[in-house]
Amino acid sequence: MKEYRTISKIAGPLVFVEKTEPIAYGELVNIILADGTTKRGQVLDTSDELVVVQIFETTAGIGRDSGVRFTGETIKMPVGRDMLGRILSGGGKPIDGGPDIVPEKRLDINGAAINPYARGMPADFIQTGISTIDGTNTLVRGQKLPIFSGAGLPHNNVALQIARQAKVPGSTENFAVVFAAMGITKEEANYFMQDFERTGALERAVVFLNLADDPAVERIITPRLALTTAEYLAFELGMHVLVILTDMTNYCEALRQIGAAREEVPGRRGYPGYMYTDLANLYERAGMIKGQKGSVTQIPILTMPGDDITHPIADLTGYITEGQIVVNRDLHRKGIYPPINVLPSLSRLMNLGIGKGKTREDHKKVSDQMYAGYAEGNDLRGLVAIVGKDALSERDRLLLEFADLFENRFVRQGYDEDRSIEDTLNLAWDLLATLPVEQLTRIDRELINKYHPKFRTGAKKE
Amino acid sequence: MEVKTKHAKEQKQGVLKRIAGPVVTAVNLDAHMYDVVKVGKEELMGEVIKIQGDSVIIQVYEDTAGIRPGEPVSNTGLSLAVELGPGLLTSIYDGIQRPLAVLVDKMGNFIERGVTAPGLSHEKKWTFKPLVKAGDKVEPGAILGEVQETNIVHKVMLPPNVKPGTVKTIKSGDYTIDEIICVLEDGREYPMLQRWPVRVPRPVKEKMNPTIPLITGQRILDGLFPIAKGGTAAIPGPFGSGKTVTQQQLAKWSDAEIVVYIGCGERGNEMTEVLTEFPHLEDPKSGKPLMERTVLIANTSNMPVAAREASVYTGITIAEYFRDMGYDVSLMADSTSRWAEAMREISSRLEEMPGEEGYPAYLAARLSEFYERAGLVKTLNGARGSVSVIGAVSPPGGDFSEPVTQNTLRIVKVFWALDAKLSQRRHFPAINWLNSYSLYLEALHDYYDKEVSPEWNTIRSWAMEILQKEAELQEIVQLVGSDALPESEQVTIEVARMIREIFLQQNAYDAVDTFCDMKKQYAMMKAIKTYAELSYSAQLVGVSPAQINAVKAKNELAQIKFIKDYTPELAKIMKQMDDEFNTLRSAA
Repeated sequence: MKEYRTISKIAGPLVFVEKTEPIAYGELVNIILADGTTKRGQVLDTSDELVVVQIFETTAGIGRDSGVRFTGETIKMPVGRDMLGRILSGGGKPIDGGPDIVPEKRLDINGAAINPYARGMPADFIQTGISTIDGTNTLVRGQKLPIFSGAGLPHNNVALQIARQAKVPGSTENFAVVFAAMGITKEEANYFMQDFERTGALERAVVFLNLADDPAVERIITPRLALTTAEYLAFELGMHVLVILTDMTNYCEALRQIGAAREEVPGRRGYPGYMYTDLANLYERAGMIKGQKGSVTQIPILTMPGDDITHPIADLTGYITEGQIVVNRDLHRKGIYPPINVLPSLSRLMNLGIGKGKTREDHKKVSDQMYAGYAEGNDLRGLVAIVGKDALSERDRLLLEFADLFENRFVRQGYDEDRSIEDTLNLAWDLLATLPVEQLTRIDRELINKYHPKFRTGAKKE
Repeated sequence: MEVKTKHAKEQKQGVLKRIAGPVVTAVNLDAHMYDVVKVGKEELMGEVIKIQGDSVIIQVYEDTAGIRPGEPVSNTGLSLAVELGPGLLTSIYDGIQRPLAVLVDKMGNFIERGVTAPGLSHEKKWTFKPLVKAGDKVEPGAILGEVQETNIVHKVMLPPNVKPGTVKTIKSGDYTIDEIICVLEDGREYPMLQRWPVRVPRPVKEKMNPTIPLITGQRILDGLFPIAKGGTAAIPGPFGSGKTVTQQQLAKWSDAEIVVYIGCGERGNEMTEVLTEFPHLEDPKSGKPLMERTVLIANTSNMPVAAREASVYTGITIAEYFRDMGYDVSLMADSTSRWAEAMREISSRLEEMPGEEGYPAYLAARLSEFYERAGLVKTLNGARGSVSVIGAVSPPGGDFSEPVTQNTLRIVKVFWALDAKLSQRRHFPAINWLNSYSLYLEALHDYYDKEVSPEWNTIRSWAMEILQKEAELQEIVQLVGSDALPESEQVTIEVARMIREIFLQQNAYDAVDTFCDMKKQYAMMKAIKTYAELSYSAQLVGVSPAQINAVKAKNELAQIKFIKDYTPELAKIMKQMDDEFNTLRSAA
C-alpha cells in the first residue's frame, strides 16, 4: 500500500494531504507516526489536489513527516456472536484483556437506512417496571425514546433500572444490551459496569467505552460501532437489543468541534447545520423489520445544558426520536426517585403498544386522565402560593391534593422496585378515586364502572 | 424518470474532481442547470445545481462514500421529472419517485445505492376506455379516456405542453402505460404515461378564489379555523405537540378525493404507522380503504438529504396531475422545516453566503413558490380541480420567530398554532385557539349559511368571543381565584371550559370521535350555546353559579362526541337540561 508523506496542514482533528492518487470519499485512513504507532481517520473531502482527513484520535504526534496510508475501503467493523459480554474501547478494540473479536462479518459502520416499506410496526409493550414510563409514557420495541436530563440528575440510575427490568411480559425471546459511553467519566463508567456485574447483565451486553479523557473525535464513531453491533445482533441473530447511548451531548460537542475545525458555516449555537441529519442517521437505526425476529430499541441519554429543553441538542433529538422522558430537577430536589416529570415527557408510539390484549383496555384513557389531573393540579400550585389554600374551590383543592399524591405515590418508587403494568394501572385508579367521579371526563362510563375502586369493591361484594 | 429538454442529445462524459458529502464537483461536463446526471461508476443519480466556469456542481441523491475523483460523470440532458399515469395511487415512493416496495424486492430491507426503479409499473396492463373519437379536436390537457385505477377513475390526458391536434385513432382495451393509445392526424403518438419536470408547475387555464371548505372532521379546524379547498395552511409546533397526528388525521379524514402525503425528513416508524394503518382505514364516503386514494412519499430523516429536497416537488407535481383530472387533492408535507434544512445543508456545502440562521437567502422564494402551486383552478380541459397544501413546520425550540415559520406565515392563509402547553395537559388536538387564524372565513361564509345552518356563522363568532373573554378572565383568576369574579363571569368561565373540553378536544384514537361531520359540530356547539343561555338567564333570576355548575345534563353532554347516533341522546340531554334549569329557576 502506497504511503504518502505529503501532509500540508494539521488543524484540530483534521489532516490535509496533498498530491495523492484519486482517494474515495469516506475512505479509512491510517496515519503512521515516526515511532511506528498508527492513528485512524476518515476522508471528509477529496479532490485531485487535496484530501481532508478527520482523525478519530488526538492528532498529538502527527507532523508533516508522518506517513499517510489510504486503505481503499470505508470503515468496516468486525462483528460476531462472541461480542456479548465484552468491553471494547470507543474505537472498537477490546479493553477487557480478552482476545480479539472473531469476526463473523465485517459491516459498514454507517449502516444503511431501513427502507420504510420494510419496517415492521413497533407494537410490543416493553415493561420497564417504572410507573411513569409504563403507565404514562409507554416504551415499545423498536422505539427510540431518549432521556432528557441535566447535570447532576440521576439519569444513569433510571437508564440502569430500565436496562435491568425491561421485559416483554410473557416473552422469553433472546435479548441483549448494547451500551455505548461517550465522554463520560471513569467513575460513571465504573458505576455502570458494577451494576451490570451485580445483576449479571454483562453476560448479554456489549459495552463500548469512550471516556472523558479519550479523544473527542472518537466519539463520532463510538455510537456508530454500537449501533452496527446492535443491528447485527438484531437482524442477523434475531435478538431484541436495547441500546443505551450516553451522553449524546458529548457526541454533539464533538460534532461541533469537527465542524469548527473544518471552518464550516455554523448553525444554531455553533452546532453544524447538518446536525439534524447526522443525529437522525444514528437515531433512525432503531426499529424492526417486517417478518424478522429481532429489534433495536434505543435509549439515548442527553444532559440538557442549563436544563434547557430548547437547546439545539435536545431540540433536534426531540424532533427525531419518538418522544422523550424528561428527568426533572425540582422533583429530584423533593427527594423523589425517579424524578421523571411526565408533563413534558411523551411516548409517540405508546398507543401502538397498549390497550386490550397488550396491556389493558383502560390504559390510554387512564393515562390521559392522570395527565390532565396532574397538569391542572400542578398549575394550581402557583395560584395557592398567591391566594392560599382556603380561597380554592373544592374541585381545585382535590386537584391540588391529587398532584401531590401523583408525585409521592405514582412517580416515586424504589431503585429496585419493579412494578407490573397491572400494579401501575391499579395504583393510577386508586389515585383517580380521590377525585369526584364526574370529573373523570376522559374516561367513559363503562371503564369507570369496571375499574374504579368505588365500583370495583361494590362488584366484589356481590 | 426524465423529461426531454431542448438540449437532449448525446453528451460527452465529464470527470469528477471533488467529493464532499452529497455535493460533488465535475469538470468537462456539458451541462445546464437542473440537468439530471449519473455520477461515478455506480451511476448514482444527481442534479446540477451550480455552474461555475468549467466546474459543474452536482447534488447527489444517494450516499457518495467510496466515490473517487477521476470517476466519470455523464449528463442525461434531462431534468428531474416524475412519471405520471395509472399506478400512482396506493404507491409509496422515496423523494425521487423510486417505489419503495420495488426497492425492497431489488435490494432487501435496507436502502442501498445505485439501484433505480421506474415510478410506475411498465408491465402492468390497464383497461383504457376512450372518451374521444377519431376526428375530435383535442387541446393540450384534454381528457382522452379513463382507467379504473382503484375506486378512483384515472383520467388519461394529453400532456399540457403540446400543440392542439385532431384525433386520428384512439384505442380501447388493455394496455401498458408505454403502449400508444392515441395517434393524432399529424402523426404524434401518445401513451398513457406522461413525464413532467418536478420543479415546473403544471399549467392551468385560470386560478380561482376558493369558496368551499375542505372538511376535515376535526372540530377545531372545521369549526373555528377552516381551510378552503385549494387553500394553504401551516401547522407549526414544537416537538411532541401533535403535528404528525394532526397531519395524519387530515390525510385520513379530509374530504379531498386524492391525498398526497409527504413524509419529508421524518421518522421511519411513523411512516410505517401510516403504511400499516391506511390500508385498514375506510374512506368515510366511499367505504373503500383510504390507501386507494393515497400516494405516499417517504423520505425519512436518514435517507439522502438531496432526495429530501426533491421530495416536496415530487409530491406537489403528482398532486397537480390529479388536480388536472378535475379532482380535489390535498397535500400534506411533514415537515417543511426538514425540507428547508435540506436546502440549508446543500447551500452550506456550496459555500453560499448564508441568510438568517444559516438558511440560504432564497429560502423565502422557494417556500412561496411551493405554496403558490396550491389553488382552486380551472384546468386546461375546463374541469374544476384543487390542490390544498398543508405544511407542518417544526420550529427549533418551538420558537415561531425562526425563519421557516415566519416565511411560511407570510404566504399561507391558515395558521394552526400548536401549543406544547396544551399537549402537556393532553388537550388534543393541541391547537391554540387564541393564536390560530383562518383568512378563509369570509370566503366560506355563504357555504356555511347554505350547507350547515344560517346560524353557524353567528355561533362560531360567539364561541370565539367566549374563548377570548375566558383568556382575559383567566388572568384575573390567576391573581385572585375564581370566587372573586362576578357571578355572570363565573358562568362564562364554565361555558368556556365546556367549549374547550367538549368541542375543541377531540380524541383521534376513539373510533367515533376521530371524525366529526359539520352537522354534529353544529349540534354540539348549539347545545353548549343553549346551556350558556339557560345559565345566564338562571343566574339573572338569582340561581348561584354553584347550583348552575351542578346541572347534571352538562356532564352528559361531554359523552355526546363518543356516540355515533347522537341525535336521540342529545335530544334527551337537552330535555333534561331544560327540566333542571326550570327547577332551579322556580326554586330561586
